[in-house]
Amino acid sequence: MMDIIIVVLASFGAFFILLGAVGILRMPDTYLRMAVTTKAATLGVGLILIAAAFYFDDVATTTRVLAIIIFILLTAPVGAHLMGRASYIAGNKLWEKSVSDDLEGKYKASRNFSIAPEKPGKSEDIIENEDYDKN
Amino acid sequence: MTLDNFLYYIILPVLALSTLLVFIRFIIGPTISDRIVALDLLITTGIGVIAVYSILSGQPTFLDIGLIFGLIGFLGTVAYSSYLEKRKKK
Repeated sequence: MMDIIIVVLASFGAFFILLGAVGILRMPDTYLRMAVTTKAATLGVGLILIAAAFYFDDVATTTRVLAIIIFILLTAPVGAHLMGRASYIAGNKLWEKSVSDDLEGKYKASRNFSIAPEKPGKSEDIIENEDYDKN
Repeated sequence: MTLDNFLYYIILPVLALSTLLVFIRFIIGPTISDRIVALDLLITTGIGVIAVYSILSGQPTFLDIGLIFGLIGFLGTVAYSSYLEKRKKK
């Protein structure tokens, strides 16, 4: 019975990781590739780790597996957000069939952008926008 | 078919194939951002391989290496993206 659970969990995990790999190879855009990385691959690795927890059937191993899963679930969106902002500032183009670009006009075309400006909101690279400040 | 044979002959080849596909994107990626995303996905796939290998060898100590792998991957992504933001225009 335990073998069946392990086989099913490991199969779904490997399948989702394979989907993520095919997606990162076939997607037309950096941002869409990033979406694949943060969703499908995280789910696949989590399922495989849960399969390992079922196999060992031990409190210490289960705690370790939960720590890894929570760590991946916390860090994958943060890393993808940083990477998406960096690649937008670096000037990567969106796919030509993308329907909306909420950051359009918020940044100048310059790449000279520092993470921590001296005065928050007054960075020279952020274009002043009244509607943006009111909200 | 035992569990070990299933993991050896189906799960590990699928993970190896996905590593190969991600590595193709790592090689041909047009921009640096694509390469960093591919590196992140390579490390995430490596955690899965480590988990399967810890089942096969019966030693749960290998899962600690998976935790450290995740930490290294996150730090690498953060560092690369911060330097990419700071880079001057060509």
